Amino acid sequence: MLLIYCPYCEIERAETEFHCGGEAHIARPSDPEKATDDDWVEFLYMRSNTKGIAAERWRHIHGCGRFFNAVRDTVSDKFLTFYKAGDPRPDLEALAREAGK
Amino acid sequence: MSDLLAGDLITPDAGAAPLLGLASVSILKAAPLTRLSLRARAPSLKTAGLAFGSSLPTRPLTSTTADRRAALWMGPDEWTLLAPVEDLRAVFDGIEGKLAGEPHALVDVSDRSEAIIVSGEKASWLLNTGIFVDFSLESFPVGTVTRTLFHKTPVMVWRIGPDTFVVEAWGSFMDYVSGLLVQCAQELQAA
Repeated sequence: MLLIYCPYCEIERAETEFHCGGEAHIARPSDPEKATDDDWVEFLYMRSNTKGIAAERWRHIHGCGRFFNAVRDTVSDKFLTFYKAGDPRPDLEALAREAGK
Repeated sequence: MSDLLAGDLITPDAGAAPLLGLASVSILKAAPLTRLSLRARAPSLKTAGLAFGSSLPTRPLTSTTADRRAALWMGPDEWTLLAPVEDLRAVFDGIEGKLAGEPHALVDVSDRSEAIIVSGEKASWLLNTGIFVDFSLESFPVGTVTRTLFHKTPVMVWRIGPDTFVVEAWGSFMDYVSGLLVQCAQELQAA
């Protein structure tokens, strides 16, 4: 079982309280009227499916209910950092270096 | 139960038989309560607290209590407000009146959930049979409140005394929660 830190509850809880929301920092086209079909395909379906350090959205669904972001190594399942929704994406390469990858 | 938090609010249901009555842990059905769900933003909190009669906690997983009132932190913009059944109208209208014009949502969820009072020296042990939370007093002091999972059902756990917890679950899940707790307590009798 993974232990996940919720930046809103400021506490570590069991994975069963959480729901993974997929890749983080995917921005909806800012002007939907001008977005082409390809833009929508990119937004809706295309994911990087990273093997290694990746930023993901998580939701503390059986807790405070809030979405937040986490950086996880998808190979080892080790979490490197957690941050609130809306905060900028941390430097993934620096985090990877810190973790000795 | 006066030495407990909100002892004037959380009382056993006099008409209901105890669900469990061991020397080391007991489970009592709690009397009905007024429960309000409040979603509001930081600028409205002070006003809402004054109208309610108990300030709203802003530290995660904490609660505040006052005379026949309790405010529980559920999320960064969400609180559960508890009051006696007969005060529903007064509390609801009081808060709505003061928050008019400010973005907020106040919903009466009194009948959504039922509560049980789990108390005794083995209370935290019993809850830990289905909840993966550290209930030691250092990490879960009196007054701490959280939503979590009990086996497969979402519950709210609120510690109102060193050995006393209030466990709330949705009405239709309560038989599952109390039934499993009573079943797990058989292990205490067997020992």
